[in-house]
Amino acid sequence: MPYVLPTSRREILQHTSLGMGAFALQSMLAGDSEAAERQVSPLALKTPHFSPTAKTIIHIHMVGAPSHLDLFDPKPKLKEQHGEMCPDFMYQGKQFAFLRSQPTLFGTPDEWAAKKCGESGIEISNLLPNLQTVADELCMVRSLHTAEFNHGPAQLFLLSGFGRFGRPSLGSWVTYGLGSENQDLPGFVVLITGNVLGAGNSAWGSGFLPTVYQGVEFRSQGDPVLYLSNPPGVNDESRRRIIDSVNALNQQTLADVNDPEIRTRIEQYELAYRMQTSVPDLMNIQSESQATHELYGTTLRRGGEGAGKPSFANNCLLARRLAERGVRFVQLFDEGWDHHGNLKGALPKKCKAVDQPIAALISDLKQRDLLKNTLVVWSAEFGRTPMAQGVDGMGKKSAAGRDHHRDAFTLWMAGGGAKPGVIYGQTDEFGYNITENPVHVHDFNATILHLMGLNHERLTYRHQGRQYRLTDVHGVVQRALLA
Amino acid sequence: MIGVLLERMRYLDAIDSSYVNIFTDVGMPTGEGLPTHYKAALMNKVASTSLRIIPAMFRCLIEAVALASCVALISTTTDRLHAAEIDFLRDIQPILKRNCYRCHAGEHQEAGLLLDRVDSLMGTSDSAELILVPHRPDESLLVQRIADDHAGDIMPLDGNPLDATSIELIRVWIEQGAALPDDWATGEHWAYAAARSPTIPELDQYSSAIARNPIDHFIAARLASENLRMSAVADPATLARRVSLALTGLPATPQQLREFQQQPTNAAYEALVDELLATPAFGQHWARHWLDLARYADSNGFQADQLRDAWAYRDWVIDALNADMPFDQFVIEQLAGDLLPNANESNRIATGFHRTPTCNVEAGVQPEANRVNQVFDRVNTTATVFLGTSLECAQCHDHKYDPFTQADYYRMFAYFNNTPLEVKQTAGVTYDFVGPKMTLTMEADAALQLETLQSQLVKLKEKHQDFDVASDPKAAELERKIKKVQAAIQRIEPPTTLVMTEIDAARETFIMQRGDYLAKGETVSTGTPDSLHPLDESLPKNRLGLAKWITDPGNPLLSRVTVNRFWMQLFGRGIVTTPEDFGTQSEPPSHPELLDWLSLEFQNNGWSVKQLLKTIVMSATFRQDSRLTSELLERDPDNVLLARGPRYRLPAEMIRDNALAVSGLLSMKAGGPPVMPYQPDGIWRAVGRNQPKWQAAEDEHRYRRGIYVVWKRSAPYPSFVTFDAPDRASCTVSRPRTNTPLQALVLLNDQAYTEAAMALATRMIRESPLSDPAEIIKTGYTIATAQTADERAIGMLVDLYQQELANMIATPTDAKARYEVLPVHFQDSSVQTTELAAWYAVASVLLNLDVTITLH
Repeated sequence: MPYVLPTSRREILQHTSLGMGAFALQSMLAGDSEAAERQVSPLALKTPHFSPTAKTIIHIHMVGAPSHLDLFDPKPKLKEQHGEMCPDFMYQGKQFAFLRSQPTLFGTPDEWAAKKCGESGIEISNLLPNLQTVADELCMVRSLHTAEFNHGPAQLFLLSGFGRFGRPSLGSWVTYGLGSENQDLPGFVVLITGNVLGAGNSAWGSGFLPTVYQGVEFRSQGDPVLYLSNPPGVNDESRRRIIDSVNALNQQTLADVNDPEIRTRIEQYELAYRMQTSVPDLMNIQSESQATHELYGTTLRRGGEGAGKPSFANNCLLARRLAERGVRFVQLFDEGWDHHGNLKGALPKKCKAVDQPIAALISDLKQRDLLKNTLVVWSAEFGRTPMAQGVDGMGKKSAAGRDHHRDAFTLWMAGGGAKPGVIYGQTDEFGYNITENPVHVHDFNATILHLMGLNHERLTYRHQGRQYRLTDVHGVVQRALLA
Repeated sequence: MIGVLLERMRYLDAIDSSYVNIFTDVGMPTGEGLPTHYKAALMNKVASTSLRIIPAMFRCLIEAVALASCVALISTTTDRLHAAEIDFLRDIQPILKRNCYRCHAGEHQEAGLLLDRVDSLMGTSDSAELILVPHRPDESLLVQRIADDHAGDIMPLDGNPLDATSIELIRVWIEQGAALPDDWATGEHWAYAAARSPTIPELDQYSSAIARNPIDHFIAARLASENLRMSAVADPATLARRVSLALTGLPATPQQLREFQQQPTNAAYEALVDELLATPAFGQHWARHWLDLARYADSNGFQADQLRDAWAYRDWVIDALNADMPFDQFVIEQLAGDLLPNANESNRIATGFHRTPTCNVEAGVQPEANRVNQVFDRVNTTATVFLGTSLECAQCHDHKYDPFTQADYYRMFAYFNNTPLEVKQTAGVTYDFVGPKMTLTMEADAALQLETLQSQLVKLKEKHQDFDVASDPKAAELERKIKKVQAAIQRIEPPTTLVMTEIDAARETFIMQRGDYLAKGETVSTGTPDSLHPLDESLPKNRLGLAKWITDPGNPLLSRVTVNRFWMQLFGRGIVTTPEDFGTQSEPPSHPELLDWLSLEFQNNGWSVKQLLKTIVMSATFRQDSRLTSELLERDPDNVLLARGPRYRLPAEMIRDNALAVSGLLSMKAGGPPVMPYQPDGIWRAVGRNQPKWQAAEDEHRYRRGIYVVWKRSAPYPSFVTFDAPDRASCTVSRPRTNTPLQALVLLNDQAYTEAAMALATRMIRESPLSDPAEIIKTGYTIATAQTADERAIGMLVDLYQQELANMIATPTDAKARYEVLPVHFQDSSVQTTELAAWYAVASVLLNLDVTITLH
């Protein structure tokens, strides 16, 4: 069946020439009560372009961009030449965020060495021992490249296909294209640990799409959803009475003026009321078993640190709960990965905080038979340089780190029809340039949409006289990444 | 006749001889008695090879053939559309333009197919199939390719398939014979053609009795052609509330309502309109929409989303609108106020319009890349706001649909290319926003105070020099004093605002290949697109010249685009529904003559915005009742034809302003630095360094109009976002209008609204003439909605009140919590009774009603 958007008569009309013929036709269609009934929630389920392998996406973004070299793309040669001046091709005529004089090479420390894991032999750093155990589930792409090398623009580019503000995010495109399975929760939920990323709310914004497709942040402090709790002095009975009165009076207005928006508004008040229960239920991870808390390493596990406090592990568990409930797109952000200096101190710490929960999420989804329909994406906005920043190059004494690098980096997917146990693409012996199967951000996003049953060239929205899409006029679905 | 044509075809030496072969093969060289399909093919072949056949003749031929040999097709669809003749220009071409022309028109000739030319449209495809077979949609390749996936991938390949209505329209058009207008050719795009003074349509008796001004003639005439009529005028209270909200963003005051209800005459309505146009609230309201276009915000955007001072520009917009500055001047000052001869302070503040782009100061940013991005933003915004043109496409390549080349883009770029860098590496890895600022003139007493302090400082410093700093205790004392005075000076330092300036040595402008600023192509100089109205060569080759070109009377776009936006703000929908784009991919206007008429009126009245708005709201069209009858709901649910008055949910700021106004909390204080009302904790989280803290005002600033609320791009005021406010990181022409559960949560639970509910509860008790619950409800209902509550509504709300009263008596802690919702000095302890706590629930209901948050 062809994918038909828009769904409502209202939208059809908006997208149609409005001549007399159109009007006659319009009234003709209006006679069709089914057509009238189609004027439903914009989050109602929509038919994908073709049969999808993934129904839900859990997109985990490491804000600041961890080093692909130290985690997923090991380079013995780099280690060998550690401390030597980098070859000219790496520096001359290139632009960097920070490097301002020719730097030295920076090899991965021995204790982080990657090992070949599982049957697939995918190499993963010893900094991620838990992830090593689920290596065979991963579909790893070592040949990503992007157009931007500053954080804000690169985050926007990865998540909205455009390095400046104003475009819809990946999650809002997916929600716009598919609707959501759960009408009691937003279709696109955002969970954040640490500071908000540089791209700000635009990283989950809806751009020119209707705002109903923007991500809704479920906050870990205060109301999980803004304005969810009843105000002081209003108990549940009062709340119900107030809503009943609003709806009854609005019903009267509806009978008088016939505006279908009022019917929708009445439904939205009922939905708001249901959300007041469904969201706290969802956020209450205490109901999960101790074993689950142990698995993820949440702050509610026995003897866990910071009992009950928000954490990345808690968010991973919440992500699974959201996926279980049919929320279409769950976006996790974890901040603190921008290691320009003190890489040796900072990277292990950050890895420790995310390794267990991410591995737990994958194995938990698998054991619940959800992984096959849930696409887990692990991303960073770009890679890091094989060259050191902070010693030699900068003439400073701070422990070395790595600068931003847009020409090669690693992302991975798991589940949802992504081919498990593969490494795709290759970089040179320093992890600087791609030598095989380059995958542009647009290609990667086209592939994600494909797994969701969406043709990235057809998932379009008309704005400023043009059919806009996530992948601009680019993007090739990477068939090699499909199971 | 067919025989003659066949001869001619042979003579023309068929490029593809297949049709000739068909005819000769079947042994019917004259073509008589051929199946219709073949005849049509023959016609088309002739048309496509003949150089001089005109469409009219061509259509005649097709019709002749169709009539002669076509079995009458009685289609159910045609039956249903018996009264509706499809018009190619109005109904079909826009569909083709929107869906097909990007690959099959003009220069774009995918698969050799052009749908903007008669010969091609009536010809055959590369595969020799007929594009159109008059009266036989199923045999027409056009229909097959858009509707039948057996014919290959459904067109268009690069977008959504056509919607059912469009496909049906094309089918019916073909069934009706696929008629093309006599003079059809691609012609000039309507939006680029000069506005023509239209004939004002004559009306029947019914309509002319209703009509108030020419607007109504255009609306009523179109309605008559659809067998519809305008609705009666709305009741006086509804109309007074509507026009007040529409013009000032605030509801009519009780006094205005009373007066107009007592004497609802045309003169009284006009007096009310004049009164509303003259209030400061007018400019505060209309500036909101303009600031969406100007992407005005109080912060930089990006990682270090620091606050910046540009509010003087916001106040300039408000003042200019209130002063009814002619719109052309309004445009010139914002684009090039600094370049005007003898530019004054106000002219320079106006240029803040283009100092609003986001600025990335994250560590490691390339200042030049940032500057280029800002210039892109200026060019794109200029084209969108003043020309209704999406020039952006031409940044990387020639525009695909509209007549703009990449060189056109960079000629426009050249006008904006002489601004200084706005980011500077200030220390180590710290980059800061350093764009040009202007110090504002201070108010007289502040200036005097500053002068006094500065002379004090000079004296103190002189004294200090006389002491031996190391030993004399008086020196330390003096140092303390100096510091104190310095601090005082800082506190009253004059505010600044962001303005445009030109650097001394003009930059060279290059075409940037693929839009990459490092990939320099050919050099270009300032200039405007050849496809638009001519540029007077005597104009200066700078922003002022550009502004003069934009406001040139020969530019049909500025006025059309502008009046359409004003119309859209008043009616909730534009005459052109793609207000951001008037290019070839735009929606054609629903009332083209009206658009032209308004556009000429606007220019002929000295670009007076107030006069334009007055003309519109004085029309009977605007004054109609907004109820949808079931017929209107069926035939025109979006009110395109305007057989009823406007009805739409208020925009974000207006919902809050309205709640504050009806509850009596609203502060009408105007201008100055942005304010921080209540917002939930944790919205302004650090996204970078030097993050400002949100400190909710506890005084009247808590209740100032939405236009004054601080706009931080990475975290705008959250309840505004919920009601579809943009983040102002880029130009927004029209906000979407959604209807979501999160909006219900705002109005029910956001403290801003619980405070308003408490204040409204207090006000309804105080203003009710009697203390009887039904009277209090009537009073409150009228305050909140400007309408009279009917018995059923009163009954329902009395029940709610009684139940809540019992509830409050049972739970005094809840009652107390309700009183204390307001900040202490907005609480009125004299009225803090259990009853008040119960009335709070009723007031909350009133603030949530559809009739409260809707302009109707």
